[in-house]
Amino acid sequence: MIETKNLSHSYRAGSAEQEKKVLKGLNLKIEKGSFTAVLGRNGSGKSTLAKHFNAMLLPTGGKVYINGMDTLDEKSVFDIRRTAGMVFQNPDNQMVAAIVEDEVAFAPENLGVEPKEIRSRVRECLETVNMTKYAETAPSKLSGGQKQRVAIAAVLAMKPEILILDEPTAMLDPMGRSEVIKTVKKLNKEQGITVVLITHYMEEAAAADRVVVMDGGSIALDGTPKQVFSNVEMIKALGLDVPQVTLLAYELNKAGIDIAADVLTVDECFTELAGLLGGNGK
Amino acid sequence: MLRDVVIGQYVPGKSPLHRMNPPLKMILMIAYIAVLFVIKSAAAYALFTVCAVTLIMISGVSVGMILKGIKPILYIVIFTALLNIFMTTGEVMWSASVFGLTLRITKEGVTAGALLTARLIYLVTGTSLLTLTTPPLQLTDGIERLLKPLNKIKVPSHEIAMMMTIAIRFIPTFSEEADKIKKAQTARGADFESGGLIKRARAMTPLLVPLFISAFRRADELAEAMEARCYRGGGNRTKMKEQHITAFDIKAAVIFVLAAVLILLAEFWIEI
Repeated sequence: MIETKNLSHSYRAGSAEQEKKVLKGLNLKIEKGSFTAVLGRNGSGKSTLAKHFNAMLLPTGGKVYINGMDTLDEKSVFDIRRTAGMVFQNPDNQMVAAIVEDEVAFAPENLGVEPKEIRSRVRECLETVNMTKYAETAPSKLSGGQKQRVAIAAVLAMKPEILILDEPTAMLDPMGRSEVIKTVKKLNKEQGITVVLITHYMEEAAAADRVVVMDGGSIALDGTPKQVFSNVEMIKALGLDVPQVTLLAYELNKAGIDIAADVLTVDECFTELAGLLGGNGK
Repeated sequence: MLRDVVIGQYVPGKSPLHRMNPPLKMILMIAYIAVLFVIKSAAAYALFTVCAVTLIMISGVSVGMILKGIKPILYIVIFTALLNIFMTTGEVMWSASVFGLTLRITKEGVTAGALLTARLIYLVTGTSLLTLTTPPLQLTDGIERLLKPLNKIKVPSHEIAMMMTIAIRFIPTFSEEADKIKKAQTARGADFESGGLIKRARAMTPLLVPLFISAFRRADELAEAMEARCYRGGGNRTKMKEQHITAFDIKAAVIFVLAAVLILLAEFWIEI
């Protein structure tokens, strides 16, 4: 479980002219086993927020608790990082090893896990992300989506309870994007891992249980994808887009056509439209 | 073009040399060099040659690959050999006067030249046998293992090996990036091909500056990703791939030592 209490963060804190407040008194509680997407335009503070969840950044005001552990407590830094694993945006810049299986072994090696146990964790994690075939390949030979799946496996090898993904799909093609999101969803559903997904793709956010929209260092909207995306005007004012089908439904509604305005997926939209046209959905 | 760069020159194989424990292989390599620099007599060299040829045959590495390793040092070998032949004083075998300079070839000079040539060639042959039969990553692991006793005098063995591993890992990434930057700069009119050496070297600036900047950015992000996975230096780390000494390694080491002893006996007891 992640909890922030009145969390604020400033870069270059201390010098009055250069101080830049990025987070302004955030109160957020993310439940165990949930899938939360954090949205927001560039500079809204979403990445800064994510880096507080595994003590990569420390609050300049307020507190962050990960499973009750205070991130300001120096002694628990490694326990926090093991509990909340983080996957970064650029797949090339987060790989240490020259072979996939060494990459996955890196984290448990750092934790001092027994060699045999590392072996079995590596096998297991590569299987989870469906990359067993590539165990002995060089990362440079993989596609972007494959690299990101290896990066996820490399974090899973710590057996984390929370998985934080900081725009993991920003540098991928649509194929790679769907591979990564599928893997993340599977981890959340099958292994009960708490997922925090920082993204600026609305379609990805629509797959979450909860969407938090950040703006200017504060939380602007918070709720289920349906609740959040039905505020089409507000989302647009925050510099974001709603999923295309939601926009369609919204525009139809505005034009006086009676259709549910909170559709999120193509399938939902299709059913709604089919119902409207009096067809049987075929 | 840059993508074809191969780090090290490992030739995959299943020979006994390939299967040997890397740290042990490195220790034996040091012994090989030590023996090479001790021996002087023809008998010892003859024996050494037999052993070296046997090693090459066992390794399954083609002679061509070995010769390729010798090629870069060819000029150094010829140069030092000539220096030795002409500059050593002793019993004159041949002399001539060219432009008022007296050139002399002495018997001692020829011996010294031949000795040095053989030494340099065997040195390179031996070390390339090591790199040809050991994957680069196992080499870095081996170096870490060998340097471990030096931790006591604050030699950061793990950090040294880690740096080498990361360097190996990033070579393809950087060569790909250099390719990309080169194309981008060419598209903007940069000229990398024409002109003399100095002009071409200068033309590299628009390639190197972005490459360095990106290297620093990557370093930052990599450090962050490593910290996020609880990296804290070599202290309590374990290794998934442990390099164990097997019965096979012990056998190989014994054979190696016996061969070395034989060569040294030939050096010190047989008079020619």
